[in-house]
Amino acid sequence: MNAPRPRVLLIEDEPQIRRFLRTVLPTEGFDLHEAESGRQGLVEIGVRRPDVVILDLGLPDMNGVDVVRELRDWSQVPVIVLSARADERDKIAALDAGADDYVTKPFAMGELLARLRVALRHAERTPDGAERFEAGHLSVDLRTRRVTLSGREIHLTPIEYRLLTTLVKHAGRVLTHRQLLKEVWGPSHVEDSHYVRIYIAQLRRKLEDDPTQPRHLLTEAGVGYRLAAE
Amino acid sequence: MTDGRPDPDKLLERVQRDEARARRGRLKIFFGACAGVGKTFAMLSEAREVRAQGTDVVVGIVETHRRIETEALLEGLEVLPRRTTEYRGAQLFELDVDGAIARRPALILVDELAHTNAPGSRHAKRWQDVDEILSAGIDVYTTVNVQHVESLNDVVGQITGIRVFETVPDKVFDEADEIELVDLPPDDLLQRLKDGKVYLEAQAERAAGHFFRKGNLIALRELALRRTADRVDAQAREYREDAAIKKVWQLKERLLVAVGPGPDSEAVVRAGRRLADNLRADWTAVYVETPALQRLPEAERARILKSLRLAQELGAKTATLSSPDVVTTLLGYAQEYNAGKIVLGRSRRHPLVQFATGSFSARLGAANAGIDLVLVGGSERRAAPTTPNEDRPSSSTPLRDYLLAGAALAVATLIAVPLRGVIQLTNIAMLYLVAVVVVAVRSGRVPAVVASIVGVAVFDFFCVPPYLTFSVSDTEYLLTFAVMLAVALTIAQLTSGMRYQARVASLRERRAAALYEMSRDLSAALTAQQTVEIALTHVQRVFEAPAAVLLPSADEHMLMPRGSNDPGELRDVDLSIAQWVLDHEQTAGLGTGTLAGTKIHYVPLRAPMRVRGVLALAPRNERLIFVPEQQRLLGTFATQIAIALERVHFVEVAQDTQVAIASERLRNSLLASISHDLRTPLTVLTGAASSLMDPEERLPATAKRELAETIYEEALQMSDLTDNVLDMARLESGTVHLNRQWHSLDDVVGVVLTRTRRRLGARPIEVDLSGAPPLVWLDGVLIGQVLTNLLDNAVKHAPGDTPISIAATSADGLTVSVADRGPGLAPGEQERVFEKFYRARVESATGGAGLGLSICRAVVDAHGGRIWAENRSGGGARFAFSLPQPPAPQAPPDDDAEAPR
Repeated sequence: MNAPRPRVLLIEDEPQIRRFLRTVLPTEGFDLHEAESGRQGLVEIGVRRPDVVILDLGLPDMNGVDVVRELRDWSQVPVIVLSARADERDKIAALDAGADDYVTKPFAMGELLARLRVALRHAERTPDGAERFEAGHLSVDLRTRRVTLSGREIHLTPIEYRLLTTLVKHAGRVLTHRQLLKEVWGPSHVEDSHYVRIYIAQLRRKLEDDPTQPRHLLTEAGVGYRLAAE
Repeated sequence: MTDGRPDPDKLLERVQRDEARARRGRLKIFFGACAGVGKTFAMLSEAREVRAQGTDVVVGIVETHRRIETEALLEGLEVLPRRTTEYRGAQLFELDVDGAIARRPALILVDELAHTNAPGSRHAKRWQDVDEILSAGIDVYTTVNVQHVESLNDVVGQITGIRVFETVPDKVFDEADEIELVDLPPDDLLQRLKDGKVYLEAQAERAAGHFFRKGNLIALRELALRRTADRVDAQAREYREDAAIKKVWQLKERLLVAVGPGPDSEAVVRAGRRLADNLRADWTAVYVETPALQRLPEAERARILKSLRLAQELGAKTATLSSPDVVTTLLGYAQEYNAGKIVLGRSRRHPLVQFATGSFSARLGAANAGIDLVLVGGSERRAAPTTPNEDRPSSSTPLRDYLLAGAALAVATLIAVPLRGVIQLTNIAMLYLVAVVVVAVRSGRVPAVVASIVGVAVFDFFCVPPYLTFSVSDTEYLLTFAVMLAVALTIAQLTSGMRYQARVASLRERRAAALYEMSRDLSAALTAQQTVEIALTHVQRVFEAPAAVLLPSADEHMLMPRGSNDPGELRDVDLSIAQWVLDHEQTAGLGTGTLAGTKIHYVPLRAPMRVRGVLALAPRNERLIFVPEQQRLLGTFATQIAIALERVHFVEVAQDTQVAIASERLRNSLLASISHDLRTPLTVLTGAASSLMDPEERLPATAKRELAETIYEEALQMSDLTDNVLDMARLESGTVHLNRQWHSLDDVVGVVLTRTRRRLGARPIEVDLSGAPPLVWLDGVLIGQVLTNLLDNAVKHAPGDTPISIAATSADGLTVSVADRGPGLAPGEQERVFEKFYRARVESATGGAGLGLSICRAVVDAHGGRIWAENRSGGGARFAFSLPQPPAPQAPPDDDAEAPR
């Protein structure tokens, strides 16, 4: 045990879910701290400096979206949002406000652990640090701007390329339509969600074996897209 | 109800009615022959006694006239403050009805029941105030003099020569719970008068000398005693009747009172009332309107109206009949209604005229078959003929009528002159008769009579030799003239009568048609608002008056008119009067005894169950509303409107019940379904988890893993079920807002396939979306849910190895279908599968709450689309939905030329 165990702060008011995660997360190599309310959670983040935050959106004292907004003023700690089906809109708002990812209740443990790992990996990496992305047969070299599939170079239009590199920079994490539109087309196009859909479809035709059952460019229904990391 | 049990609604109604009667206060009248006999004194004495026994007594209004003995009796009694009204600078004090009801004593003393209130009071008469107090459940003591009893009013007037105008309807007197006669022998009264113990009002003082003659006093005393005796007699008889066997068929005698235009018609009505009382008969006041009577000046017509209203007040039914033949009509009516006696005024015509035409009573007597005639009055002969027709209800001017008559005769003469000598003189006379007929038809009776007489003269002048003189060569022609005149007059009479009959018939038909039209329109109304609008349209047209219908709110308070857009609707209604009408179920306002000072007539809309609202009318022409016939029509209108409102009300109640039943059924099936669909996975979860908890660790690793997988799958299924129920609830409550965006259908389908991959297992899925537009306008999450549910449904019903195909085309915008090779749909199932909680096989092992497809329908409906199910050729079911699509958006700009190296 040389490497320090990553510290996770869980902000959740439901005792059953806290109990469940308290049982599982330490055995998976995490140090778990708990907070029962948004206010208490913000204080804990300031005091304990966790490596990653799991934030429930339905808190008794304040809206989870507001927690994210307040937090982002002074901390870049990765935030994974826990959302129920009813808070669809809040989930997207939280992501747009700076949350890194989300898990919908009920979730499988494997799913949460995967999200935690992705978040931790991104937090370690310095900006512009990555130069190469590889997953399955796909590889993207950001330095040479080359995209290959099973070693064969793929021809992409400038927009397609910019969209792909945006996803690559956040590989494994969900990006909302709004975030993608802002990155690729600029702030004046954040409402034109069909731009993203058309180009994702084009990218899939070029990069996926079966575009209707993609393995790299995954759709997060109602939220946005994710580039599968492994 | 066929089981013979009493209708509970009717029972309730009867109980309520009995209660209302029981709640009503008791009225006791201290009745005396004339002022000064000591009624007030007797009333106060008794009130003191009652108070001594512990009853809450309040003096509402008592005039002591500063007599010391009386004032002494007031001592110690609580006196209600009087209501002050300002009238022409003078302060008038009246009984404060609202104050009395608010104070709510057990007994209130109200002197002088016949008193007329100051103008501007709620009721014109004090007895109406008392009626309201009684309705509020408060007992009342009051005083009445014999000359104030309506039906005795003119008798007293004849005896004493003094008429009083303050009267109390006999109904009030008769319905009093107790009458106490305060009697004083005339000699004692005269003594008291001499001693100055009798207060006389200033205007009566002049006549006092005449009034307080011993003879008068004896007569008045007799009247009072007799009136009281009549009442006692009636009570005794009632008691006997009550005690006797109930179900004896009694043919009640009925009395007709013929009301005419004469000045003594009111006296006839009063006499009729007395007679009816004595005979204990029902009575009806009848007015037969003949063409002649229709031409009477307005003042006389108003008097007829007044007599009929008086009759109504005295408790009679009234009827207005239209016919030129009074005798036949009256007798016909009498026979129809089983009336054995007709009361009528003595004829006032000149004896000579009577001799010539036969008096009305004689003609009636001659024609009748076994009906008694009672002649009354007749003391006053009409002093002078009433002013001749000032306002004939004729459309054309008299001048025009006479010009027409002249023209008709001129034409007849122009034809006659060349023919004279050629044809028989008697045939030429026929031409003039034709002219008379024309005039009678066009202009009515009087011009026709004039034309008849002038016609004979002209005929003589132009056609009878020697020509151009009025002299006659042969005396035989005189007979021709006489016959010609007689025939012409008869024709004039008959024709104008027919004309009148036709007018009356058309009027009557208009009324019937108006009623029919409104009923027909009302029967189509579905809401109270529609009913009100229809009612207003018809009422305003028929009664030529701006009108409004006021409906009470749920808490019985009057609401402002339901704002229809009708510009003719009455706006300035008085809500407090309307509220009064609603509460008391009586008419008020213009033309009634209550708050008559306003310009608006208020009618309660009384339906079988309760009063549904108030109809307010501001008549421009009072006759159109207050003629008995129109009154009855208005009453019928009001009833029709009320029934329509009640019907609409019950329709709403029924609909609410339907909705309640439907949601009850829904709740039940939801409970049944959830209890089944939750209990099964919960059983598995509990069992599997408890096995894993086994402390002795006997389970092999593979078994543990299997149990964990079972728990996981069951939990997911429960999660799906919960999601479905919640989705349904949200869709139903309308809180779901569509978040429609441009999507690629590939993307939507891809997500669904990923999500359902586990459930689909190894089953082959054929996807062909090539026919769909590149971009589709929909809510991705919700349509994803639709596809998921359709896939789940296919998985559930089709065998495990059969393929499921998903296809899309651009038909109807976008059509997506999910087809399986399962057993297909049973006949008639195509629609029912989309109903909530419908399951192909009840309690099947396939699970699901039967909500999946109904959620699909709700989502597709929200998109404005259509969803349907059908059987495939070759076996299996196909579920498809189509969504309308707007024009595709502009494609994003791209430049393929600038490809990266």
